[in-house]
Amino acid sequence: MAIELVKERYNNAINIVEIGSPGVSMIKVGGETALPFLFKEGGMPYAPVTALEILDGEPEDWPDTLRKPFGDAIKDPVRWAKAAVEKFGTKILCVRLQSVHPDYGNRSSEESVSVLKAIAREVKVPLIVIGCGDDDKDNDLLPKASQALKGKNCLFGIAVQENYKTLTATCLADGHSIISESPIDVNIAKQVNILISDMSFDPKRIVMHTTMTALGYGMEYVYSIMERARLAAFMGDKMLSMPFILFVGQETWKVKEAKESGARQGVNWEIATSVSMLQAGADILVVRHPDSAKAVTDYIKDMMKEANK
Amino acid sequence: MIVIGELINGMYKDVARAVANREADIIQHLALEQVKDGASMLDVNMGPYSKDPVRDMRWLVETIQAVIEVPLSLDSTKADVIEEGLKIARKRAVINSTSADPERMDIIFGLAKRYNAQVIGLTMDKSGVPNSKASRLELAQTIVAKAIECGINTEDLYLDPLLLPLNVAQPQAAEVLESIHEFRLLCNPAPQVVFGLSNLTQGIKSRSLINRTFLTMAVANGLTAVILDPLDKKLMDALITAELLLNKNIYCDSFLDAYRKK
Repeated sequence: MAIELVKERYNNAINIVEIGSPGVSMIKVGGETALPFLFKEGGMPYAPVTALEILDGEPEDWPDTLRKPFGDAIKDPVRWAKAAVEKFGTKILCVRLQSVHPDYGNRSSEESVSVLKAIAREVKVPLIVIGCGDDDKDNDLLPKASQALKGKNCLFGIAVQENYKTLTATCLADGHSIISESPIDVNIAKQVNILISDMSFDPKRIVMHTTMTALGYGMEYVYSIMERARLAAFMGDKMLSMPFILFVGQETWKVKEAKESGARQGVNWEIATSVSMLQAGADILVVRHPDSAKAVTDYIKDMMKEANK
Repeated sequence: MIVIGELINGMYKDVARAVANREADIIQHLALEQVKDGASMLDVNMGPYSKDPVRDMRWLVETIQAVIEVPLSLDSTKADVIEEGLKIARKRAVINSTSADPERMDIIFGLAKRYNAQVIGLTMDKSGVPNSKASRLELAQTIVAKAIECGINTEDLYLDPLLLPLNVAQPQAAEVLESIHEFRLLCNPAPQVVFGLSNLTQGIKSRSLINRTFLTMAVANGLTAVILDPLDKKLMDALITAELLLNKNIYCDSFLDAYRKK
């Protein structure tokens, strides 16, 4: 007797978020109508994407494994950006303005923004721009960065429950999308999205970062939070219907075993974490090593072949 | 939860007057306000004073649909009045209602089939409203059987256990609560269960408090649709909270706001 597959059908889709400028280079993410790669239940109109991450200055604490592929270019953010795009083919670039952080150089916002502007001039891919992670510094830095890239439709981050107003207002004024972040907590994820949209910000321009950990550090819990948010979205919860972004590189390269166990282990760690996150519903994966970016992009291509069958 | 706004009803004097004088803005304002405050469907009832209910039904449906496209619950005891609404309804309508009388069910289910409408079935017959869970269940079963015979999908059937005023028939409130749960088990797919909440508190004080307390109890027992006044904010808040407690929506600090952004 033939076995009939049980298929779930949902009535709400994940929002489609566009990043980048029309006519120059634009990426669309989201639009899913079923859990990842379950093409018999629904669609994934836009394949998940990988973004290479660079900093606005030479990284102080990155292992040799990560520095090596970029050679000397890693000392100059603009050359580093060009290598990421031209040599390694990233379709979307993540620039973390880390040098403004008191512990990582404590540069002025103006210095960092001038680097960002130079990068934006040189590369033609859509940009994800992340602050340094210090609230006070970011509230000065991010409005300036946002204004410098006005109209380029970048994805800016990061807005959290305790600090979202400045970034939301500036993204609204300059026409950027925004990343909302929550500490692996679906209730707070929803709350941050509401707080942002209460400022008249279009919920369809929010990308969610539910926070994550790398393989071996409780990734299963991240999966369960993402799955819960996704299922609620499919059932009609508009305040959880945002695509997911995951900073895989940031988490992976914190892991001692990934950093210090020779060339391949860190890359494999980043790939394994990314692939798991894809199964949890990731739409944008921000990675640091070009080899992982390539492997994950190939994996996505393979998985998406099923979509057309 | 399917929330059916009850305010466009000729029992209310301002509505009756607006219908008689063709004051479209009053009706349209009521329609828009109810939907804004959470109604997913609007009840349309001419009330007892209408001199030409067929024409009034047409005017009401056209007037509402001129400003908002929302499913309508066409509320009348007269089949020709309901049919007039069905002819022009743009969204899938609900017929409000049939009783468990065979002749009435033949007519109403026939209309539902012809116009692809849903139906509210009241668990009452010629002998009146039942006074026990058992007799409600028996009538509900009669309605379900007839609906299936007429080719109506059971999920398109709304069973109404009929609420009675608390000061007239106090024991009936508990009987209704138990009936809701039993109705859901009658067939697969389960029928919807609905009631007109305001009936519970006709002519008594503390209406709002009693209505919202009872509603949360009914939601916990499996109620899937309700006819109420969506402009009663405390009532809507209680409904949203009840559904939250049943894990129908994900909690967040602004859960009321979140629900209303849906």
